[in-house]
Amino acid sequence: MSSDVSTSTTAADSLHLGLGDRLRMWWDALPRHTQWLVGSPIIIFIALLPVLRLPVITTVGTDFGSVLAQFGMYALLAIGLNVVVGQTGLLDLGYVGFYAIGAYTVGLLTSPDSPWNLTDDWLSTDWAWMAVVPIAIAVTALSGLLLGSPTLRLRGDYLAIVTLGFGEIVRLLADNLTELTGGGRGLSQIAYPVAGVSEERPNGVFSAGNTTPPLNSGAFWFWLSMVLIIIVLVIVGNLERSRVGRSWVAIREDEDAAEIMGVPTFKFKLWAFVIGASIGGLSGALYAGQVQFVVPSTFNVINSMLFLCAVVLGGQGNKLGVIAGAFIIVYLPNFFLGRTQLFGIPINGDEIASYKYLFFGIALMVLMIFRPQGLFPARQKLLTYGRQVYVASRRAYLAAAALAAKTPVPATATPSGDDTKGGTR
Amino acid sequence: MSSVLHAGAQVLADPMIGFDLGALARNFWALTIDGLTYGSIYALVAVGYTLVYGVLRLINFAHSEIFMLGMFGVYGTLLLLGFTPSGNAYNEGIPMTILYLGIALIGGMIVAGGSAVGLERVAYRPLRKRGAPSLVFLITAIGASFVIQEFVHFVLPKLTNGKLGGVNAQQPIRLVEPVDVFSIFGATVTNIEIAIIVSALVLAFITDRFINATKFGRGIRAVAQDPVTATLMGVSRERVIMLTFLIGGVLAGAAALFYTLRVPSGIIYSGGFILGIKAFSAAVLGGIGNLRGALLGGLLLGVMELYGQAVFGTEWRDVVAFVLLVLVLMFRPTGILGESLGRARA
Repeated sequence: MSSDVSTSTTAADSLHLGLGDRLRMWWDALPRHTQWLVGSPIIIFIALLPVLRLPVITTVGTDFGSVLAQFGMYALLAIGLNVVVGQTGLLDLGYVGFYAIGAYTVGLLTSPDSPWNLTDDWLSTDWAWMAVVPIAIAVTALSGLLLGSPTLRLRGDYLAIVTLGFGEIVRLLADNLTELTGGGRGLSQIAYPVAGVSEERPNGVFSAGNTTPPLNSGAFWFWLSMVLIIIVLVIVGNLERSRVGRSWVAIREDEDAAEIMGVPTFKFKLWAFVIGASIGGLSGALYAGQVQFVVPSTFNVINSMLFLCAVVLGGQGNKLGVIAGAFIIVYLPNFFLGRTQLFGIPINGDEIASYKYLFFGIALMVLMIFRPQGLFPARQKLLTYGRQVYVASRRAYLAAAALAAKTPVPATATPSGDDTKGGTR
Repeated sequence: MSSVLHAGAQVLADPMIGFDLGALARNFWALTIDGLTYGSIYALVAVGYTLVYGVLRLINFAHSEIFMLGMFGVYGTLLLLGFTPSGNAYNEGIPMTILYLGIALIGGMIVAGGSAVGLERVAYRPLRKRGAPSLVFLITAIGASFVIQEFVHFVLPKLTNGKLGGVNAQQPIRLVEPVDVFSIFGATVTNIEIAIIVSALVLAFITDRFINATKFGRGIRAVAQDPVTATLMGVSRERVIMLTFLIGGVLAGAAALFYTLRVPSGIIYSGGFILGIKAFSAAVLGGIGNLRGALLGGLLLGVMELYGQAVFGTEWRDVVAFVLLVLVLMFRPTGILGESLGRARA
């Protein structure tokens, strides 16, 4: 994919822009407020999904609301991991560790099982879920700092293996330090936001006991996570367009060159790690609140691989792409669950759903061979001057292409994502 | 604020991690011998990581699954030989047992070596042709791990009528009963431990000679040092790469037999992962890319892990290995013996 990047800007292929490119062109040309205006109905439609219960799309075997709530958490994780892997190019295989730390912070502060609550002190007072979330984010950010500062001097594969070890260590610590974490029994009855208390919902809409569809707890957690996703997207998007984001891209493309050009690479790698970690912690806090139960075995390292799957599948570096990747990862197995027929064709849905890791593994292998940039690849824009320059350059480029198309073009032109992330090493 | 400190002190008052140096001192020799047994298994698996890394600069993340397939190869061979899972060990007499173990060894080697070469063909070769960056290789390896694990998890039981694979570990087939043969400094050594350590050392020696003293080995070393020049000198790079994967796979198959002797109930689809990471740690510990380093690192890791287990408690065994890996990577990323097969780390 790397060799044809620079040579592929032949005139002819640009006229046959793919649908994705056309959409992107149109979207990028819109002013920001119009983007929000166009985006809101789409967001509202997505938000209404658990209520509308559209046929075919709605899952059969499990509650659709819960699936979407899980998707919300995975989307947050994918956005966070995307900062580390997609933006900065640091392969983190232990991301589940941060997810676990976030969930456990909430669990340890609010669960009656928590060893911390047995002391007769301020720790024992009942914390509200909302009050614990910032603490969870802070604790995970700190853990990201602690892990990152010694290990980020390593590069590439070595970093991947060390982070893998870290993810496993976090799980083993949660399992073994029984006096500190509750151990393998886990922590139950974790706090959740109490809101919308009514007669049929005595514990509020967010309680796991609220199971009457369509407005069950899953739908409410989905909405909450959607709000958080939008906030995080705005923050991360602004970071991307700032000096920090430019440094990340520089580090990803060539760390040595970035260092020589004056980018304090270690500092910005650490930033990426800490920001990614805190987003993972936020997602973990959501998880703890929704399920109201954490247990070490949930945070197995294989989950890290699954999160990575979401990022790679969606397209490293593309925020919206990785959300789509998270959706695929969460939704597809659940889609097949409990289905006996699909469009009239009899299938054994439960069996297909249990094969999910097999399919994801094959998908990863095939994707790496034929489309290593993911399903929705990121387009590297001119970060410094922002969208306007990008749009102007695309227009000029299209005009030139249209002009050139009138003259014969060599047949060897290869179609390709012209400005995707190239294999530089 | 004082209440905060008070609470913290109360929580931390009980010792969370037992620290028992006495246990280490009492069982020092027993731990050393058991550690060497595990260590020689790690060493054999580590050779696979280190050779592939030396030649391709690639961490073959799926090597742990090759080892796992080797375990199933060993088990399948024993089933084919007519053994069935039973509580008691078959005591067939020494010559027959050695024969059966030899056949199982070959079975494991064929399965593991074949799948290693197959993995290279299917997963890595297309990427090499495209000149993909190393991250892409690593993600492919993760995908391949998934596929191999889930193959054994779901597909293999269908192919074998539930005799092999599936969610649960295989019912152990014990060919040999552990019998104490002699004691050294008060620690008894069993026949299984002797067999594992001696055969691993023999295999390690053969591998070392193969790499350092044969024409094929010279080809591997040449490609590791400089692929372009080696190709110009008439070494077929593709064949060297295939050979490297084959050697790694065959040794993983041997390690699989030894592991199933030591831990008969460990044959499960997810059984390769942790051991693979430890073997990788061993390779890094000794200096990745360095054959002798992998052997030394494996033995060291096996012993250290058991010392750590004695001092901190059984549940901390894996943590000891991971912490060791992190420490080595941080303070001496080139390992004890250095990276001798290739260039300095990028």
